[in-house]
Amino acid sequence: MAIDTARETPVRINDFAIKLANVNGTGSASANSLLMQAIFRMGIPVSGKNLFPSNIQGLPTWYEIRVNQSGYTARALDYDLMVAMNSATYKEDIHEVRQGGYVLYDSSWPLEDDLVRDDVTFLGVPLATICIENFAAPRERILMKNIAYAGAIVALVGLDVQLVSDLLAETFARNEALRESNQRALRLGYDYAIEHFECPLAFRVEALGALNESILIDGNTATALGCLYAGATVAGWYPITPATAVMDNFTRLCAQYRRERVENPAPGELEYRNNYLILQAEDEIAAIGMVLGAAWSGARAFTSTSGPGISLMNELLGLAYYTEIPAVIVDVQRTGPSTGMPTRTQQADILLCAYASHGDTKHILLFPANPHECFEFAVQSFDLAERFQTPVFMLSDLDIGMNDWVVPELTWDDAFVPDRGRVLNDADLATMGEFFRYTDEDADFVTPRTIPGSDEKGAYFIRGSGHDKFGKYTENPVYYQEVVDRLKKKHASAATHLPAPIIERMEGATIGIITVGGCDLAVREAIELLGQQGIRADYLRVRGFPFVSEIREFAERHGGCFVVEQNRDGQLRSLISIETGVPIELLHSVLAYGGFPLSAQQVVDGVHAELEKKS
Amino acid sequence: MTSIAKPVIPLVALPKNELGLSIRDYEGAISTLCAGCGHDSVTAAISHAFWELSTPPHMIAKLSGIGCSSKTPTYFVRGAHGFNSAHGRMATIATGANAANRELTYIGISGDGDSLSIGLGHLAHAIRRNVNMVYVIENNGVYGLTKGQFSASADIGSRLKKGEANAMAPIDPVLLSLSMGATFLARSFSGDKAQLVPLLEAAVAHNGFALIDVISPCVTFNDHEGSTKSYRFMREHEVKEIETDFVPIRKEIRRSIADNDATEVTMHDGSVVRFRSVPEGYDPYDRQKVEDYIRTRQDRGEIVTGLLYVNEYAADVHALNNTPLQGLNSVPYEKLCPGSDALTKMQQSFR
Repeated sequence: MAIDTARETPVRINDFAIKLANVNGTGSASANSLLMQAIFRMGIPVSGKNLFPSNIQGLPTWYEIRVNQSGYTARALDYDLMVAMNSATYKEDIHEVRQGGYVLYDSSWPLEDDLVRDDVTFLGVPLATICIENFAAPRERILMKNIAYAGAIVALVGLDVQLVSDLLAETFARNEALRESNQRALRLGYDYAIEHFECPLAFRVEALGALNESILIDGNTATALGCLYAGATVAGWYPITPATAVMDNFTRLCAQYRRERVENPAPGELEYRNNYLILQAEDEIAAIGMVLGAAWSGARAFTSTSGPGISLMNELLGLAYYTEIPAVIVDVQRTGPSTGMPTRTQQADILLCAYASHGDTKHILLFPANPHECFEFAVQSFDLAERFQTPVFMLSDLDIGMNDWVVPELTWDDAFVPDRGRVLNDADLATMGEFFRYTDEDADFVTPRTIPGSDEKGAYFIRGSGHDKFGKYTENPVYYQEVVDRLKKKHASAATHLPAPIIERMEGATIGIITVGGCDLAVREAIELLGQQGIRADYLRVRGFPFVSEIREFAERHGGCFVVEQNRDGQLRSLISIETGVPIELLHSVLAYGGFPLSAQQVVDGVHAELEKKS
Repeated sequence: MTSIAKPVIPLVALPKNELGLSIRDYEGAISTLCAGCGHDSVTAAISHAFWELSTPPHMIAKLSGIGCSSKTPTYFVRGAHGFNSAHGRMATIATGANAANRELTYIGISGDGDSLSIGLGHLAHAIRRNVNMVYVIENNGVYGLTKGQFSASADIGSRLKKGEANAMAPIDPVLLSLSMGATFLARSFSGDKAQLVPLLEAAVAHNGFALIDVISPCVTFNDHEGSTKSYRFMREHEVKEIETDFVPIRKEIRRSIADNDATEVTMHDGSVVRFRSVPEGYDPYDRQKVEDYIRTRQDRGEIVTGLLYVNEYAADVHALNNTPLQGLNSVPYEKLCPGSDALTKMQQSFR
């Protein structure tokens, strides 16, 4: 029976969304990313969002593929095709398909009547039956269902089957048995779809040549690359979702690029030495302690963690701030508070990081929007930390960190020289009468430091207790204030050294939208959608804290503005108001904080809701 | 220890070490601890040990947490690089510092509150990693800076000044560390400099984590009748059956060596630890025997001091990670950055 799949016209090229509903731990992830990678290889802007549970096997998991020729690849909320592979979530999955859309399901078992919708087309593929007939091993019979449905989708959306086949060959280059099974499963699904449905559907892909200069990369890999290129040698960390892959990747990259051959090794000696030391700590307190010890000793050191880790690190972050030790902290944010939802995304550590630790503290924050910026900002974090002798936080999030993004190829300037900041060596010390740790400030209020092992003249006692500018213990109000006042000025001075905000003005704009980090694509798309509705908006994306004056000017320009972010309390909004003095009433929050990546529709709806309130 | 500031320039000619430095060069700022505090004696022993070893002051990193004990690094080796960190966290900072630069000598000073309560986890893991450092616990059974609460090392039945008795079992840092695989374990008494100095010297020579638990009475809050960490109690209950000498490399043997049957341990740097006397059947390389001996004596109310256990052959954190022999902080950037060609090439796999 050939199902008429051509009832929808007109044809839509390179503009659709697929949602795949799976059971986690059944091998669906590789099939899903195969599809996404194939679309990328055809030169079409695409995103893949993994919406997964905090679990290893057996719970529902979803993967969303958004294809958009204009590059708007934020999360879509209406799906053209639902691949319903999890009977436990059939009902809600089928409900989510847009009117006129399609549901692909395993027709080895009949679909219950109450699940059927009249306004969508059901595409039954007997995946289990096909796999039982064609594969002998029980494990293969389960795994190959995934590649089989991928094969059907290849046919349905018009993907180049040879290209997908080549990808599989690359993936399983070293395992002939798996290669053969996967190729067979791909063909089985593909052939079934070609035979039973009118392929391709009205929404489909067409190859573009647009992405030659682009790569497919997740933020955690890109961050690890940044730390490698920045010259980090010591890392302290504790496993935590969604940050673990930063250190997994850093470890892998170091093993590949940081092993130095030993010339003529002595008998029994290894042939290489590791120019790095990665310490898996007993907890996040120890992880940041190790970073401080190493950075005090002149190494570039960092840790990667998520919100719960930052909570634990607070004590020593204050120590680093007050004693002026460089430290790089990568916070791959997840949904809080407490344990929260470890596999869901949020931007809810902004205030925590801005003011981490007790007492008066302020830190430098960087907000990458995508893996490309993760790489660049990670490198910059080390320069800033050493230039300003203070902790620097790079606030990524689960969506950026763990999902694959299409971004411009990473580039490196071989003339790059790291900014190690003001460090006195023995020759410098020899020219000095006396060295005191917190004197001789420069235009940015930074004072020179020494590294342990340098001449006795540079020795001092670093302490988190009250100290004067000479580094001596003090309980004197004047001497205490002199130091903490300089720290405040030093923090403010960093503003112009951070990545500048991205500002895009639109002719005739009546509103302004401020956003941060991974909201970037959704907000840009929302601005286009609002424009189609006659609402023209200026755009500003914050990339660093402390803030430059442009942020205040932008916020006040239209008599106020919208602040789009992914947390409940409008943390960026509060930070802007506190730190720039813009009255909080002028800043209107548009928030999404349920744990899934932001979509443009949420922004559009939020802006409308606020506008209605105002009118 | 004296409460009068000592002149930096000696008025009388003091003996010089191999570097031409006198003991004054290994001292620090004037102590602000209570007169008679055991910690000041430990400070003096540390100064003496580094002076005798001729360690260049600038090649020493001295670290501490928070508490009375943690104040003491200010009072020794003024030319060393010091870090007074946060309560209980010293071991983590020392681990990171050692990771970045293995070429310095690391000494951490902690207390029973710092090490056995808030920082116990960090102590355990520094032992596990075998970080090459000397870790001194100045153990007095009370929190001094907060005015005399029991610490986790307080013995059952030991009484606070106001009479309250401790009912909970103590954490014994030596037995705990022994069970966790520590590679150098000693106990001493702040009132016994003759024993403490060679122990400190051997600990510096040890290639790995060297823990010295020093019973160091708190004269203000825990030196009364009924305390088991008082000078009097220690004088009456200390057992010194295990006696060791430290024979530095390339140096004349200053201490008398009793007999030729003594057990010797050659340390990583070539110096020698010589057991002058050990009880019948005692074996400082056998964890089980060491534990049995300490426990048997404890059951009799006795506190055994000396170098109790040593294993000079365990890999330290750097050997385990195959790092270079120079400090990682001095590896030039050119060796750390793979460069643009590598980045271009690696991105072929991101397509």
